Amino acid sequence: MITSPFFVKPTPLQVVMLKVAAALLPAIAVYVHVFGIGILVQLTLATLTALATEAACLKLRKYPVKPFLLDGSAIVTAWLLALSLPPLGAWWMVVLATLIAIAVAKHLYGGLGQNPFNPAMIGFAVMIVSFPAQMSRWAAPLALQSGPLDAGAQLAYIFTGRLPGGIGFDAIASATPLDTVKTVLIQHGGLGDVLQTTLFTSGGLLPSQMGWIALAYLAGGLYLLFSRIIPWQTPLSFIAGLGLMAAAMHLYDPNHYTSPLFHLFGGAAMLGAFFIITDPVSGPTTPRGRLIFGASIGVLTYLIRVFGGYPDGVAFAVIILNIAAPFIDQYTQPAVFGRKAKQNDSSKKGAKP
Amino acid sequence: MNAPAMKASLPANTQPVYRFHGGVHPPEMKHLSNAAPIVPAPLPARLVVPLQQSIGNRAKCRVAVGDLVKKGQLLAAADGTVSVAVHAPTSGTVVAIDEQVVAHPSGLAELCVTIETDGFDVWGDRTPLDWRAALANGDGKTIRDYLRDMGVVGLGGAVFPSHLKLGGRDGLETLVINGAECEPFITCDDRLMRERAGEIVAGIAIVAQLLVARQVLVGIEDNKPEAVAAMREALAASDIGNAHVVVVPTLYPSGGAKQLIKLLTNKEVPSGVRSTDLGVQCFNVATVYTIFRALEHAEPVISRIVTLTGNVARAGNVEALIGTPIADLLDFAGNQSDSEGYIYGGPMMGFELPDTQVGLTKAGNCVIARSAAHFPTKAPEMPCIRCGECATACPQELQPMDLYWFSRSKNFGKAQEWNLFDCIECGACAYVCPSSIQLVDYYRFAKSEIWAAESAKKAADLARQRHEFKQFREEREQEEKAARLAARAAPKPEAAAAAVDPDKAAKIKAAMERAAAAKAGAAPANETAAPAVSVDDDKAAKIRAAMEAAAAKKAARAAAEAGGETPATKPAAALDEEKAAKIRAAMEAAKARKAATDGGVTAPAADATEPVAKAAIDPEKAAKIRAAMEAAKAKKEGRALAPSVSDNTPVGEVAGSLANEEVQVDTPSKPALDPEKAAKIRAAMEAAKAKKEGRAPAPAVPTDTPAGAASAALASEVGQVDTQAKPAIDPDKAAKIRAAMEAAKARKAAKEGGEA
Ligand code: SF4
Ligand code: SF4
Repeated sequence: MITSPFFVKPTPLQVVMLKVAAALLPAIAVYVHVFGIGILVQLTLATLTALATEAACLKLRKYPVKPFLLDGSAIVTAWLLALSLPPLGAWWMVVLATLIAIAVAKHLYGGLGQNPFNPAMIGFAVMIVSFPAQMSRWAAPLALQSGPLDAGAQLAYIFTGRLPGGIGFDAIASATPLDTVKTVLIQHGGLGDVLQTTLFTSGGLLPSQMGWIALAYLAGGLYLLFSRIIPWQTPLSFIAGLGLMAAAMHLYDPNHYTSPLFHLFGGAAMLGAFFIITDPVSGPTTPRGRLIFGASIGVLTYLIRVFGGYPDGVAFAVIILNIAAPFIDQYTQPAVFGRKAKQNDSSKKGAKP
Repeated sequence: MNAPAMKASLPANTQPVYRFHGGVHPPEMKHLSNAAPIVPAPLPARLVVPLQQSIGNRAKCRVAVGDLVKKGQLLAAADGTVSVAVHAPTSGTVVAIDEQVVAHPSGLAELCVTIETDGFDVWGDRTPLDWRAALANGDGKTIRDYLRDMGVVGLGGAVFPSHLKLGGRDGLETLVINGAECEPFITCDDRLMRERAGEIVAGIAIVAQLLVARQVLVGIEDNKPEAVAAMREALAASDIGNAHVVVVPTLYPSGGAKQLIKLLTNKEVPSGVRSTDLGVQCFNVATVYTIFRALEHAEPVISRIVTLTGNVARAGNVEALIGTPIADLLDFAGNQSDSEGYIYGGPMMGFELPDTQVGLTKAGNCVIARSAAHFPTKAPEMPCIRCGECATACPQELQPMDLYWFSRSKNFGKAQEWNLFDCIECGACAYVCPSSIQLVDYYRFAKSEIWAAESAKKAADLARQRHEFKQFREEREQEEKAARLAARAAPKPEAAAAAVDPDKAAKIKAAMERAAAAKAGAAPANETAAPAVSVDDDKAAKIRAAMEAAAAKKAARAAAEAGGETPATKPAAALDEEKAAKIRAAMEAAKARKAATDGGVTAPAADATEPVAKAAIDPEKAAKIRAAMEAAKAKKEGRALAPSVSDNTPVGEVAGSLANEEVQVDTPSKPALDPEKAAKIRAAMEAAKAKKEGRAPAPAVPTDTPAGAASAALASEVGQVDTQAKPAIDPDKAAKIRAAMEAAKARKAAKEGGEA
């Protein structure tokens, strides 16, 4: 029997996921511009792996395959993962990472809606812990390569690990901005003039060319924010947490600590702020909880970046706070209607004759 | 829609509008039915009027099948405070009073009066109330009672009896009149306000006076500009001071009482708190309209405006008689053949009608013919992704996804902790859920489970209490008697020796001797306790005795265990025997008491026990029994002569106790006993009886025990004896146990004496 409400708002899950994927498109476009089409290969590999893994898991778990495969959540996970891995990483890396994300982090924990951890971040964390060397082999932005790789060369490298003409990868490799800064700090104890190198100055107003990708993430994120697909609390508190930490430290010692702009537009900060930490399943649901969650990830990301062993800290910060999400929820339950501490003041006045 | 344009044409609010959390914007669909004026629905051939037309008690039927009723005649009167009367909506003949399916989500049958209409629609006598005088005298009660008898209930859908909301306290800060009508499709209040604003305002004036309201705020959503204008005009023309129409934004569920109160006064009424405690009371516009009609025209609530909309050719509002079959209304509106179902109420909170033959109720504000055009099939449920959309939409500021999770996992305690019962089932959460989860169904399920569990628990508690009390009472009675008897048995130990085998007799005698010694002290105490027979003291004494007895029982058990028997196996038998012995003793005592009390009253005891006795007799045993009876009679003869038994003991009484004895003798021997053992047992019993004989006539038997109680106790004891005797008792042990018990009893008596 049909029960009330008899009609529902037509924004099914697919639409939500579709909008999230759409919001990533500008960043993907900039990515291609900066690093070449390698990322498209990675996205394709990730998507195919995700769908295959999802279908297999659903079959094994005896779930209806079609509605769940079409809900789009696996694709979003795959894309986030592909965008986090090195653009010219070997094909098996993105495949393995996606496999782990979907099969282990998602389905072993109960599937859609049940996973306590952000699947993409688990995939990423497993890779960076297991293959630290491969995971830090980023190619330099095309503009900085002496003889930029063409599409065929990128494709060939992803699948064979060999570059045409016998050039070694080192010839086109470059550490990420965060990695570079970290290395410099460890070696020289100060930033010196590292920020004046072409890696950073080629970004123009933003720190490095990768900053423009981050800007595109920001644009997509704002679209999601204004179409109410994601709540405002998580991204804003994350940006505030990371930005304020960076600002304070930068003011304290500018020669040692990079600017807030550098932190916000370097690494995975913007991707994290709008696309990763906003994953509803693994985060808190209460408004106050989301503020705490976002701010904590921001602060923790900064701490890991600056004082930890890894150049970027978003993934680990997210995973750590995922663990805390249920507790945050528990202790940030909003007061329900009519149960707020200070309310009905006028009535209290009226009640006393 | 074009709401903003309309809003611009309205004069600005003079009163502030606050906001409530959440809310949704479902498609309004009001244009389908809000254009045409209200028309009367045609008189149906048959009316089915449910007698449960309000929250609370069902009205008590006052007519019989075959009665001719006039329009407005009382069909059923209010039953208690939370109940309202039900009236005949038109003239006709009562053709049935039976259970029929009613317009209720449960689809359950309810008592309904079916009237075959005569087509004349003639009014019966009406008894108007001089409400103006009553109001002037401050006589609110007369008006409230009158409204109850006129069947006035909240017509917004909750059908709460209105008279209960009109109890004048010492003034109300704000009277809120609900004209928001926030549910999609429904337009009955809109049309009512447009067309009958004057009468609504007259009703508001009465309610405001009754409640001594300092301020009246009429809340109307901004998608009803004509209604706003009409109400403003009518209010301006009236002499109600400080009354305002406040236009509120169209946002579902602004018409929920709590949400409207928040919108207009910024006060949040928590669940479990009456709004009057915050100085606010809320009435629906249609309700105040009927209040006015009832008082001014002595017109009970026999009709209501109902919106007929959805997949019908002529959507609109009709004024229909209560009890009109919904099918008739749908026919009138031109129901289309491809309607898939019928929604009673709005699409957000209404329910699918179980049957279109059900009669219209006072709650029925809208009937929607459902078709795929307006109501596309809902997507299948997906897992909750914790997106929090539902929490954003929830006007009660709950966390619907948590409630969903707790309800689903049947973690009802947690659901309650998360304020499940604050949920008003508005459906806003389910409306926005991207996973298309039918959240409200889970809440309804959880609530009903909790209610069911609570009522089951209550029932179980009650049953357990009753059972425990019964047990306590029985034990108390038995043991009190046993204790007394034991105390008295001591002086005549020689009687016990009669038929018991020598060894045991000696043992028993020894035990009794001991008891006797103890009792030397006890007897006087007993004497003082027993004579203090004024009712209260008597009870106290009984209770004390019962407690002593319980202690003794334990002692006996301990003794039995000490005798080398394992606690696990033995006590069962021991206890049974022990009880049997006690019961027997108790019966003797009761009999003796009965003998002393009025024979007329106790006679039923004989009746009660005789069938049992008869049933128990089979030819073989009959002989034995007869023998036993002879013996008993002989014994009794002696007893009757005993000094303490009153001389006027009726013969019937003796017969009664005889019948009792019969049972006693008969039943223990019934269970497969081998003849040898049976003989032994019988002997033992004879001995016991003999013992008792001596005891029974003892001087201290209280004579004021109510005869009824005694006979009841006997009756139940008879049953008990029957069952308890069944376990095949090894006679040796039985005797030992009995001896131990005697000893224990004696000890107890001594203790009792000491304490007293
Ligand atoms: S709207 Fe639906 S999916 Fe989202 S949190 Fe609520 S129940 Fe879960
Ligand atoms: S149905 Fe209950 S939980 Fe859902 S929005 Fe309404 S009040 Fe909140």
